[in-house]
Amino acid sequence: MISSNLIIGVCTAYVVLLFGVAFLADRRARRGRLDWLQSPLVYTLSISVYCTGWTFYGAVGSAARSGLEFVAIYTGPVIVFIGWWWFLRKLVRIGRLQRITSIADLVSSRYGKSNTLAVLVTVLAVVASTPYIALQLQSLTLSFTVFAPAREGIPPDGAGFWIAAGLALFTILFGTRNVDANERHHGVVTAIALEAVIKLVALVAVGLFVVFGLGGGPGEVFADMPPALTAPEGFGARWLTITFLSGAAVVCLPRMFQVTVVENVDERHLATAAWAFPLYLLLICLFVLPIAVTGLRLLPPGANPDMFVLTLPLMAGQDVLALVALIGGFSSATSMVIVATIALSTMVSNHIIMPIWLRLTLRETKTSGDVRSMLLISRRASIIVLLLLGYLYFRLSGSSTALASIGLIAFAGVAQILPSLVAGVFWRGATRRAALAATACGFAIWVYTLLLPSFEAGLGAPGLLANGPWGIAALRPHALFGLEGVDPLSHALFWSMSVNVAVLVGVSLVTLPSPLERLQAALFVDVFRMQTAAPGAYIRRYATSEDLFTLAQRILGTEPAHRLFTELARDQGLSSGLPRPDDALIERLERELAGAVGAASAHAMVGQIASGETISMGALISIADETAQIVEYSHRLEEKSRELEETAAELRLANMRLQELGAQRDAFLAQVSHELRTPMTSIRSFSDILRENRDLPPEQARRFLGIISDESQRLTRLLDEILDLGFLESRRVAWELEQVDLEDVLDRALSATEALTARSGLRITRSARQRDAQVMAQRDRLAQVFINLISNAVKYAGPDAALTLTIRAERGGITVDVADDGPGVPDSDREQIFEKFARARGLYDSRGAGLGLPISREIMRNFGGDLTLRASRRGAIFRVYLPRPGTEAAQRAAAAPGSGSTAGAATGAMPPRAAAADDSAPGLG
Amino acid sequence: MTRRVLIIEDEPNIIESLAWLLGREGFDVTSEQDGGAALDRIARETPDLVILDVMLPHCDGFEILRAIRAGKDTARTPVIMLTARGQARDRETAEKLGVDLFITKPFLNSHVVESARRLAARAEP
Repeated sequence: MISSNLIIGVCTAYVVLLFGVAFLADRRARRGRLDWLQSPLVYTLSISVYCTGWTFYGAVGSAARSGLEFVAIYTGPVIVFIGWWWFLRKLVRIGRLQRITSIADLVSSRYGKSNTLAVLVTVLAVVASTPYIALQLQSLTLSFTVFAPAREGIPPDGAGFWIAAGLALFTILFGTRNVDANERHHGVVTAIALEAVIKLVALVAVGLFVVFGLGGGPGEVFADMPPALTAPEGFGARWLTITFLSGAAVVCLPRMFQVTVVENVDERHLATAAWAFPLYLLLICLFVLPIAVTGLRLLPPGANPDMFVLTLPLMAGQDVLALVALIGGFSSATSMVIVATIALSTMVSNHIIMPIWLRLTLRETKTSGDVRSMLLISRRASIIVLLLLGYLYFRLSGSSTALASIGLIAFAGVAQILPSLVAGVFWRGATRRAALAATACGFAIWVYTLLLPSFEAGLGAPGLLANGPWGIAALRPHALFGLEGVDPLSHALFWSMSVNVAVLVGVSLVTLPSPLERLQAALFVDVFRMQTAAPGAYIRRYATSEDLFTLAQRILGTEPAHRLFTELARDQGLSSGLPRPDDALIERLERELAGAVGAASAHAMVGQIASGETISMGALISIADETAQIVEYSHRLEEKSRELEETAAELRLANMRLQELGAQRDAFLAQVSHELRTPMTSIRSFSDILRENRDLPPEQARRFLGIISDESQRLTRLLDEILDLGFLESRRVAWELEQVDLEDVLDRALSATEALTARSGLRITRSARQRDAQVMAQRDRLAQVFINLISNAVKYAGPDAALTLTIRAERGGITVDVADDGPGVPDSDREQIFEKFARARGLYDSRGAGLGLPISREIMRNFGGDLTLRASRRGAIFRVYLPRPGTEAAQRAAAAPGSGSTAGAATGAMPPRAAAADDSAPGLG
Repeated sequence: MTRRVLIIEDEPNIIESLAWLLGREGFDVTSEQDGGAALDRIARETPDLVILDVMLPHCDGFEILRAIRAGKDTARTPVIMLTARGQARDRETAEKLGVDLFITKPFLNSHVVESARRLAARAEP
């Protein structure tokens, strides 16, 4: 029989050994001699913190109770490390680049550095881990009672307390030496690696002894195995559930995340761990079944199968082996507690204590290193509180529950983080609200369907499980909404995960991420596509170097802050002084600080001293992954090509219009050319004749000179008309209209053409004078129109024709009909005579250039009126229409652009055409 | 034998100058202002030379040229076309239709007179 003193002595010695190893490793690391401390083997062994006291003792118990079910605990991690190592690699890469301190930090950082999310994950992790820590304490205490069954003055509870206290001390000493995630806990990791070796050696040793010493060889051992242990029903839904849970746990458990991601020093170590860790697990579980079978066979019925590892050697009188096994179990339990409390204390202090403390001390004087010392204090306090919580849970829950079920409850709890984690690193669309809602829902369902029922006895509500709350059967924790006949674990996992994933996807689809979320999502999802470790500055902020330095001092301490800033200044090419506070620097600093206090707190602290935070879409686009860039690019190409097509279409249209305009212009120029060249031809020809034939009879010479003079006048008139029409058509200036009496204007036009009409014998009849014939117009221009119409009548109506002028008041305006009794205009030409040079196109036979009617119509339209040729059977009836003053049309004409003094000046610049209409002018037609 | 020239032109002043110039050279000058009437006259009188304006009322100078070239007796009649439009395309059209000379207004008196003399001489059998 082993005395309690020996047990205590051995355990104490072992703990001293661990202290020593951790101390030496830490010292070695501080001296920069990291060599083997950074080996992939140490990394792989530290990952085996997955195998806890529960694995060490409980796996055998599970095997004895449920056969091969315990293997599922290992299949999950094996699948993850062999099949999903790239997922772990992504987490490790993100962890290093973003200075991630914990799983809560990673999730919060990914979702826009949300502290709320960090708090939620932290609470979830603490709630799920507390029973797990209690479980370790329980297994430790249980193992001690095997040696010293409740005697010799060591009460089991007392042992639990002292174990908890010792673990707290160790964790505080080696787990909180520094606060920066980047400074690895080499001491702790090395000690954990040593413990991993011890527990493997211990279990294998017991296994070998049981198989070959007690059992007489593998064949013998399995010969009389109870058939229930290999029953096929063991591989049902529950088996899948446990496989899934263990796979999720190996990623999401805070301690697993700590050793796999946070403590990782080299991404390539994962390659080793991918085969070495599964191998380790294989060795660990190799002897579980033989020990269980042998225990069931040799030990008396009722013996706790969870303790077979100890009781078998003890039964055989192998005290030393039993001690080794005890140390193995001790190692398993302590390593888990140490790493778990380090991870959890980091989360609690970074995400719960720090934000509160920051808010409280926002306006207090800032001293160097105050945040750092606060951080250390809060971490140490957290460790103590966490262990105390674990201890209390252990004391309160009693030891009735089997070890394995507590562990699985914890697994199911932390698995609620998985959806948000996986979505966070693979799906840019996952949003903060979705992650919050999904994790909260999953958490709540887990609490209701698994955690609460585990307390059932203690809750004083025994009917809850059987009848549901308030007797509502649909709400029974183990049969939600009528889902019965499933084991509670699968049931809880089904509901919590379904709701979790559904909420995550659903809410993500209906909510929009903030710019910071988008940025972080891109940095996380595309972490492998980033060119450099520090991909540059995406957030625009402004801060002074002094403020930034002060902040760094507060968090990192004076010396590290000084080192950091010297390095930053050197990177910027500065030999002395503080670095420039550009965006890249602020971002780098925030990342450094995040390594100490977590992304959310670091962001909040930098946010306190930096102003004007914006994230440009350009920055987001620039960090888009290749696919996104290509998509973006092709979108833009599509857009561009559509734009180009549109532009091409517009250009084609414009070109067509231009061609039309060009054709019109060509036609116009040809007309103008014709109209100018015709008189010039006569002038040139006759002047040459006159010059070369000095002996012409004077009479003939005079006639030729007369032709030259006539043609010169025609030329001048033509130029005037072209210029006038160009002016009228441009409508660049509004006309200044005045109130004119139409009868007065007619008087003027008639007197101006008196000589012309008298000569041609045109008889003019005029309607009775209207008393109220006021119109808005320009006197001279209006007269010009009537002179043109009368001249046309003289030309085209033939000799001795009759012309009637009729003034009529119409609604809204006044019309003047100018009707002759000449041959008239064919219907088909009625509009064409208003086109430029209509005469030249053979419509008219006249001496004018063919611009009179177009000019007159333009004038009328500038008055807001019109000039038309009315249909008639006999003669031509031109109708002049003018709006009355005050009517809409008149106002429209008056309100045309540019009206004012310049308009007056511009119109004044044109020679009044009416004045030029003397009797030598044949008219404007 | 007197050479007969027909001037088809709608500007009386230009007709007057051409008539004076060619008359002095001994041409027998007749003129027509309307395209349709001009065609009849050409068919009836088969002039030795036609001077033709491009832009005529109611009728295009090119149509008259085409008619001249299509006519059995007039296919080889020399034609001088006058134009005031000054468009290169018109010259191409005229040359394609078989014009003998294409002159842009205003013309040089001597150029018209000498060309007329030369072309009329060629027309003689």
